[in-house]
Amino acid sequence: MRFLATLLSFLTMSAAAHAAEPEAGALDFQPAATRIMERLIDFHVYLLVIITIVSLFVLALIVWVCVRYNKRANPVPHKFSHNTLVEVVWTVVPVLILVAIAGPSFSNLFYQENEPDLEQIAQTNGDDPNLFPEAAREGWVTVKAQGNQWNWTYSFPDQLDDGGYPVEFVSNPLQRGLSSDELDTARGPRNLAVDYPLVLPANRYVRYQTAASDVIHSWTVPAFGVKTDAVPGRLNEGWFLVEEEGTYYGQCSELCGKDHAFMPIEVRVVSPEVYQDWIETLKAGDFEAAFDALPAQQQTASTDEPTDATTRLAQAQ
Amino acid sequence: MAMDQVSSAHDDHAHDHKPGFFTRWFLSTNHKDIGTLYLVFALCAGIVGYTLSGIIRWELAQPGIGPLTGLMEFFGYQGDQAIEHAKHFYNVVITYHGLIMIFFMVMPALIGGFGNWFVPLMIGAPDMAFPRMNNISFWLTVAAFVMACISMLIPGTGQFLGFGGGWVLYPPLSSATGHPGPSMDLLILSLHTAGIASILGAINFIVTILNMRAPGMTLHKMPLFAWSVLVTAVLLLLALPVLAGALTMLLTDRNFGSQFFDPSGGGDPIMFQHLFWFFGHPEVYIMILPAFGIISHIVSTFSKKPVFGYLGMAYAMVSIGAIGFIVWAHHMYTVGMPSDMKAYFVAATMVIAVPTGIKIFSWIATMWGGSIDFEVPMVWAIGFIFLFTVGGVTGVVLANAGIDHVLHDTYYVVAHFHYVLSLGAVFGLFAGWYYWFEKMFGVKYNKTIGYAHFWTMFLGSNLLFFPQHFLGLNGMPRRYIDYADGFATWHFWSSMGYAVTLVATLIFFVGLVEAAIRRRKGVGNPWGEGATTLEWTLPSPPPFHQFNELPEVKPESHH
Repeated sequence: MRFLATLLSFLTMSAAAHAAEPEAGALDFQPAATRIMERLIDFHVYLLVIITIVSLFVLALIVWVCVRYNKRANPVPHKFSHNTLVEVVWTVVPVLILVAIAGPSFSNLFYQENEPDLEQIAQTNGDDPNLFPEAAREGWVTVKAQGNQWNWTYSFPDQLDDGGYPVEFVSNPLQRGLSSDELDTARGPRNLAVDYPLVLPANRYVRYQTAASDVIHSWTVPAFGVKTDAVPGRLNEGWFLVEEEGTYYGQCSELCGKDHAFMPIEVRVVSPEVYQDWIETLKAGDFEAAFDALPAQQQTASTDEPTDATTRLAQAQ
Repeated sequence: MAMDQVSSAHDDHAHDHKPGFFTRWFLSTNHKDIGTLYLVFALCAGIVGYTLSGIIRWELAQPGIGPLTGLMEFFGYQGDQAIEHAKHFYNVVITYHGLIMIFFMVMPALIGGFGNWFVPLMIGAPDMAFPRMNNISFWLTVAAFVMACISMLIPGTGQFLGFGGGWVLYPPLSSATGHPGPSMDLLILSLHTAGIASILGAINFIVTILNMRAPGMTLHKMPLFAWSVLVTAVLLLLALPVLAGALTMLLTDRNFGSQFFDPSGGGDPIMFQHLFWFFGHPEVYIMILPAFGIISHIVSTFSKKPVFGYLGMAYAMVSIGAIGFIVWAHHMYTVGMPSDMKAYFVAATMVIAVPTGIKIFSWIATMWGGSIDFEVPMVWAIGFIFLFTVGGVTGVVLANAGIDHVLHDTYYVVAHFHYVLSLGAVFGLFAGWYYWFEKMFGVKYNKTIGYAHFWTMFLGSNLLFFPQHFLGLNGMPRRYIDYADGFATWHFWSSMGYAVTLVATLIFFVGLVEAAIRRRKGVGNPWGEGATTLEWTLPSPPPFHQFNELPEVKPESHH
């Protein structure tokens, strides 16, 4: 029954709803913000139908044998223990079901895993919902997320400041479960909001890289359908393209010690123009001005002390 | 697999000399006594592991860090200091909940307990092949458990006690970077010890099963529980040394300056994960296969029908075991693997659904046409079949690397593996408990209490774990002491589910005490014509030494 409830909630899910954060009593995924996640949600509905039918089928068989073959209904047991036909059927049918799953599974996997060839995509005409030729013509936006105990350092390897260093800042959580926590919900949901969010442009191909300075962390935004471990000594990579502006949240997804629950990820997706102003102001070294200039409803209005990286950034100027 | 044509010779066990209390229970070489010791030990460890899960659900019942802060204030920490200790303690709790439930509850109960008790009885052997090695296996397990418990109480990192890096022990969190204190070193020693105990036990089972079957009992006539323990023992023998190697490398990384898993010295933390899961994936089958064996016997006994497709059932377990060794990296889809490698692990993982499906359908086919008696073990077995199916199908979802990128390390995974282990292996365990209770202890339990235990447990554990699917889909990460407020609803209901299982557990102990007080005398075979394996030919409890004259399985006996 509960399976059925989940199923119904999926089928009736409104595509318009756009809050990329956990919702009270939610039964399903956060709404998709990328084509990757849209495809995953579709695939999951497909899987959910299959596994629900399989589970209900098994349940129905169990109920049937309990009703038909209990000792009152069938006092004398049969003694058979073989039936080649049904054995072949229940081996072959699952194989066919798995093959039917494997097709879309691989296609989704390779879509999200293999870095798109932007030059090739730029030549396409935009009929394919999986490809974004206009964005492809703009090239990549590259951002690196480095996990630390317990915050994220974001840097833009292609965006160099006057000193020739990549733009870099630290994104700290607003809450750490402590009594000294600031609980200003205007700045975002508790345990999800950060002081300085990662800002990215909408409708651009984003290449993200993950690394770690101490132990393993994992960078994820559920609405984007991406999750990549940040491993010391490795530089992992992935991509996404967010179609709609908005604020998206994720949380560190690999146990990393005491404050594992308190290193959230906040991504502010803005228009390409706002992003351009933001990154230019950062490059100029005016850290506070860059975040202050973000659109009003997405204002961070931070009053926190600048973190290590921001101090370093200020000194570099 | 009918054993009804077995001509078992009962001798009069008037000369059944039992040694004195200390010699009998501390120096035991008797497979049945060691089995009982394992069960008692697993019960104790289970209480510890279950209490730890209670702490988890208590803390997560509401947003914020509440109960654990209170606990730390009780221990004298003040203000934010209490909260910081609570956060580390939570990680310690989830770590030891996993380790204790796996290494010191499920494995000792299913393999050490039921395996020791019933493998020799079912194959018609007087005892295990190496009785004294059996003894040291047990006591090493106890020593390992004691060390694990002590390691919770000694410095882990900085001022914090215990190791809080998850049961998977990933470096660098488990190396000197994350947990420099002695807690992790003691935990490594504990797991090494538990590993040695399991390897010795596995050797004992393999030798016993291969060499000591009753005359006429070929492998293809051997009861399925013995088959399941044989496959499990082979998995243990092949998987545990790999864990031991990884743990040893971790130990030398921590203490002797090696850098196997340290990138600054050319090592790779991901290498540990590959080694760990090469052990860890077979480990999950090690936990569930003996339960498969138990369920087969129960379903057959109470349907009064031989197991459907006996050979298919046996070789399904063999193939689950074999495939279990080539799917390990599906636990690691997010570490940064090439997509072709992920595609391979997706395909290999999904293949497991085929032999598992064969088992599920064969159990139902065994019931089909039977004359089903809904005795207490049978309702547990039927519950197992359905709940294991639910856990299995979510495994098929998680096998798809694409979707796993979203669900990895969320509560969906927690829900999945608790459905196959907590509602799978543990339901199998209770099914076996009620199936063999009278045989082992010679007294009858109260059936009403047994049914009450089942229904409260069924209700409670489903309420506990089903909402966790919703949490995981919505993005709730694992191993979090506090969460975004949107997750509060289902966490609350999940904790309520725990409260119901608490009632179920109390009912279980009431049943145990009731049976111990009333001492209703048990009979050799309480289950009638369906119970065809050799243990039912003996009185309950069986004599201290059985099969002084070996039973003979006649050649015309077919399954």
